[in-house]
Amino acid sequence: MKLLIKNGTVIDPVNKIESAMDILVEDNKISNVAKGIKIDADTIIDATDMIVMPGIVDMHVHLREPGREDKETIASGTMAAAKGGVTTVLAMPNTTPAIDSKKNIQAVKEIIKSSAYIDVLISGAITKGRLGKELCDIAEMKKEGVLAITDDGASVDDEKLMLTAFSMAKKDKMLVICHCEDKDLASQGVVNLGFASTRLGLRGISNESEYKRIERDIKLAKKTGASIHIAHLSCRESVDIIRKAKKNGVNVTAETAPHYFTLNEEAVLDYNTNMKINPPLRSKEDVEAIKQGLKDGTIDVIASDHAPHTENEKEIEFEYAESGTIGLETGLSAGITALVDTGLLTWSELVRKMCSNPAKILGIDKGALGVGQEADIIIVSPGKEWVVKKKNFISRSRNSAFIDMKLKGAVDCTIYKGKIIYGNGAK
Amino acid sequence: MPKQTKKKPKWIHKDLLGLEYLSNEDIILLLDTADSFREILDRTIKKVPALRGKTVVNLFYEPSTRTRVSFEIAAKRLSADVINIATETSSVKKGETLNDTGRNIEALKADIIIVRHNCSGAATMLARNVNISVVNAGDGWHEHPTQGLLDIFTLRKKFGHIEGLNVSIVGDIAHSRVARSNIWGLTKLGAKVTVCAPDILIPPGIEQMGVSVTNDIDEALYDADAVNVLRMQFERDEKAAFPKQLEYFKKFGITEERLKKTRKNIIVMHPGPINRGIEISSKVADGANSVILEQVTNGIAVRMAVLFWLSQAMDKGNKHEASD
Ligand SMILES: [Zn+2]
Ligand SMILES: [Zn+2]
Repeated sequence: MKLLIKNGTVIDPVNKIESAMDILVEDNKISNVAKGIKIDADTIIDATDMIVMPGIVDMHVHLREPGREDKETIASGTMAAAKGGVTTVLAMPNTTPAIDSKKNIQAVKEIIKSSAYIDVLISGAITKGRLGKELCDIAEMKKEGVLAITDDGASVDDEKLMLTAFSMAKKDKMLVICHCEDKDLASQGVVNLGFASTRLGLRGISNESEYKRIERDIKLAKKTGASIHIAHLSCRESVDIIRKAKKNGVNVTAETAPHYFTLNEEAVLDYNTNMKINPPLRSKEDVEAIKQGLKDGTIDVIASDHAPHTENEKEIEFEYAESGTIGLETGLSAGITALVDTGLLTWSELVRKMCSNPAKILGIDKGALGVGQEADIIIVSPGKEWVVKKKNFISRSRNSAFIDMKLKGAVDCTIYKGKIIYGNGAK
Repeated sequence: MPKQTKKKPKWIHKDLLGLEYLSNEDIILLLDTADSFREILDRTIKKVPALRGKTVVNLFYEPSTRTRVSFEIAAKRLSADVINIATETSSVKKGETLNDTGRNIEALKADIIIVRHNCSGAATMLARNVNISVVNAGDGWHEHPTQGLLDIFTLRKKFGHIEGLNVSIVGDIAHSRVARSNIWGLTKLGAKVTVCAPDILIPPGIEQMGVSVTNDIDEALYDADAVNVLRMQFERDEKAAFPKQLEYFKKFGITEERLKKTRKNIIVMHPGPINRGIEISSKVADGANSVILEQVTNGIAVRMAVLFWLSQAMDKGNKHEASD
């Protein structure tokens, strides 16, 4: 089987390509990237005026299966991912049960094998049941193919335990993904502390609750030499701290999510629970700082933190509603709209943040279009404008902070391991 | 024939959720209407037929006899039928959701829901989910718009105007829906508002709502035309050091001695129920400067005005539908 993608503008920063190229895919691999490839292919896609880039590697996704299949399943989540141009996800381990043992890893692997439309990589919990009390067997999880450990959804409060976790992770060459939130400092908040909390009469979440915990984890990383990745940066101080830590040679990388550079706390002012996210949508100044962090390279990765919730969990009183927004189907478009279209990032920079950097951090051979690599390729219509509509989501949940937002740039076609799985004739 | 110009309706809102969402014209319309209803309250026959055939439901998730009774009297003076539903808890885990309760009340063909709820934003959410009118009778720490209106109404009756007045609000600003409604309403009408409390009770960024902030009660009172004294609750489970009762009264309590030091003959308001000797001395509460009981009477007139205009807006909406 030969698939030829012709006349597109190929963006592949790893191979330093940012020009009109053709890509030939044979079976599941890329076999040639060159100008004017002439070959008798089974399928030819004309990508004139289109961007051709690696499939997105989204390293922060909550697929909810097993346990909360009413919110999302591995099938529905990966189908939604395909629509958003995502061909690899790292699934978060806060399922029910948590992914914290060989048995649970094997069970989730079975579901992935039978139902996933794209690559689903597994992260394991740091502590058993994500309770912050007892460490998981990191070496065993490593053997089972776990690529990172995280208690995402919670931070490990016990500093001594986290220190031990970092030491073990260092020994077993395991990445630690840190959800940085000091629950005491967050004092049961539900929106950003300041303008939003004061106007709405709701408890506020301080920037401190995030950056103090980042400071702690960076200190522990320095002590142990562990590689850590800070999830979902939302505020200015966090960016400053990581910038400094990187200068000082700490093994730290950082991620933010599209909502933190697209929306600010004002989006919450009508008590729309889809805007209830943890960490919260922050001030305009924080949004600017996140953008600067993306620009200057402090923030390596854009990941969705796709967090599906049912309507029953969202259409209730604000303080009782679950936190989180879905993001798999809107992430790339939000990035194009807020970062590329505004001139803040180049296409290559965006592709680094969404494809090659997360691949590098996870140590997988993805996120680029080199000859011999698996053909995970997306074709993007860069100028296409569309309005996000609740009814059009493929995800099993509809809790999107982007509903009714006008976005620029849309995925036209997603190719996973050489097969078209979304758009352009795919079913 | 002269060209028919479509007259802009005086009142367009389905709901009253907060004074933040009203224009100053809206607020003035409510105050003017309340003025005429206020006269009715002094008549021997206190009833008008404006809401005859309408059903008003008091849906209270927090116990509050005074607000509930005030709304009930207001609705009855307008000849509406009133149903009271009191629910102590609104747990998400058990029982019906607020939206479902609201939809049921709508299906029972009620016209207006008056909702009191412990969660900020509850009235806003309910209003989004039902087609009938919703009046916010206090939601968490957010707003209590009819209390704000009755405070402003009382001030306007005393001074004849709101613009240029110096109004100080003293007490737990952070956790007060009364404070927020007063701030929105008063600043829209051109009053200068100062909030006064210990730092811990001043929410961050309150200045962005157009108020001055001070920790000095004498400074807050010195130039004030009126002071609105908030009810202090000391049983809150905040971890942060909450001021002790006695200490609070010493530093922030409204006493005769304090009032003697001010420049103007200051009006003292309180949303009630008052805590004598905690935020206000008995002498002040019962003294010549106090308008606390007038506020209670004015509350009925203001609530009548609110119910009247909401039902007008809904009637117009229905007629419009029928003619299409
Ligand atoms: Zn997290
Ligand atoms: Zn997460």
